Amino acid sequence: MATDHSLTADGLRKRYGDVHALDGFDLTVASGTIHGLLGPNGAGKSTAVKALTTLIDIDGGTARVAGHDVRTRPGEVRRRIGLIGQNVAVDEILGGRQNLVMFGRLFGLSTADARTRADELLAVFGLTEAADRAVSAYSGGMRRRLDIAAGLILTPAVLFLDEPTTGLDPRARNEVWQTIRQIAERGTTVLLTTQYLDEADQLASRISVMNHGKVIASGSPEELKRQVGGDRVTVTLPRREALVPLADRLAAVIGETASVDAEAHAVTFEVGAGVVALADIVRALDQLGIAPEDLVLRRPTLDEVFLTLTEKEEVR
Amino acid sequence: MSTLRAGWVITQRDLAHWVRQPWTPIFGLLFTIMLLLVFGFLFGGAITVPGGGDYISFLLPGMLALSMMFGVESTTTAMAADARKGITDRFRSMPIGSASVSLGRVGADMANSAVELLVLLLGGLVIGWRISSDPAPVALAVVLLLLFRFAVLWIGIYLGLAFRGDGATTAVQVLVWPIGFLSTAIVSAETMPGWLGAVASWNPLSATASAIRQLFGNPTGITEGPLADGAVWLAVAWPVLITAVFLPLSARAYRKLRR
Repeated sequence: MATDHSLTADGLRKRYGDVHALDGFDLTVASGTIHGLLGPNGAGKSTAVKALTTLIDIDGGTARVAGHDVRTRPGEVRRRIGLIGQNVAVDEILGGRQNLVMFGRLFGLSTADARTRADELLAVFGLTEAADRAVSAYSGGMRRRLDIAAGLILTPAVLFLDEPTTGLDPRARNEVWQTIRQIAERGTTVLLTTQYLDEADQLASRISVMNHGKVIASGSPEELKRQVGGDRVTVTLPRREALVPLADRLAAVIGETASVDAEAHAVTFEVGAGVVALADIVRALDQLGIAPEDLVLRRPTLDEVFLTLTEKEEVR
Repeated sequence: MSTLRAGWVITQRDLAHWVRQPWTPIFGLLFTIMLLLVFGFLFGGAITVPGGGDYISFLLPGMLALSMMFGVESTTTAMAADARKGITDRFRSMPIGSASVSLGRVGADMANSAVELLVLLLGGLVIGWRISSDPAPVALAVVLLLLFRFAVLWIGIYLGLAFRGDGATTAVQVLVWPIGFLSTAIVSAETMPGWLGAVASWNPLSATASAIRQLFGNPTGITEGPLADGAVWLAVAWPVLITAVFLPLSARAYRKLRR
């Protein structure tokens, strides 16, 4: 029988005093996919990861990871998962190779096998040259790569990444994204928590949005974005122009309601297809004889996805 | 078996630190040697030992016991740092026994302390300390010192697991001083005001210090009281009691990480 790489959580509950860190948390992740768990600080993302990786006791609900129940078979689960926590959890005094050999032996490999595996992983992660240098001399991206390598020693069925790019510069972040894609291509299921829609969008085939300890929306990145409306176009107008009448005229042209930011002297439209709307707006501005100070087309931010989804939740 | 093996792997990690950063343990040792010299030569001239005897011979066993007690700092710091950095969580997500992490710490710190003892014993001989007893009691003295270190280790493991913030480490660093000095490690309890001397005599550190003084054949600074006859028994009883309290507390603190 092939190894089960899937993950399901059903009604997980975890309470800390008065805080319901997990309040009926449901999640299904299909084998071999990257699933993004998106939410603001305090939404319960890390608690969910800790519950699914057997680090904390859950107060209610059930979860199966890689075919085993986290509550009744934690040992079996641990043999089949890798955990990359929020902090880089490697020994900074030791070298990269020493770290991987140590973790390999803790996973039950013989010293010889642990060395072979360490060298393979160092090569895969581009750390061979730095293998014997102390980790404290590594860059942020190198540390994170080593940290991820340490979670892949036994080629886990399910890999958990808890905000893996927080605090990394854009270049290091791209390296980590690349790494995560490679891992998923080899068949490992990845559950990734993040605060950034952009990151989930780049990597995940499905996203679950979390708030107050439960999932409030799930779907592909496209589906989620459709739920919160499409792209945003923001036009910043010259100060000498009256904002509101202009906003109304532009709104009439593109057939969407405008939201006006008086302070920035800007108008924002939620539009279906950003590029088409952008062309309409430019044409309209041209006809009115107005040169905008700034014109920006952007995706909804997490704040907006999040605000929209929570508003819907409140209405319901 | 897997717990022991995993513990050994974690111990080896610390031993590898010595090779990578030899200065950390060396500075620890230099600090203890500096204390020895400060008390032995700077203050020692002004200190007389009740019951007679040379102060260096009185002091050295006290410093040995004191250095074992100061080990609580490094244990607490190491446990707290691993917990804070997420290394403990990584260990906990691995298929290893739940005692492995603590066992690894015990192995590493005992090895560290054994080396420290050896260096201090040799250093003592250099500055004029002498053993005037047979090999058997000397061996017992070394065992009692390591037993004391073992007991203190569990205090450190408990504190490091239960209070993970930097505050715990700082609190331990500050508190070891009054607790270390309020003992007979450096001066005899008989030179203190009565009530203070009584408190100092009941300090577990005093039991170990007095016991090994007797076993090395060094002046004890004791002419009466429970430490005069029963120091060796107390030096066994205190560590056993401390371990009996703090080992289960440590296990509980480790389980509480699951909350």
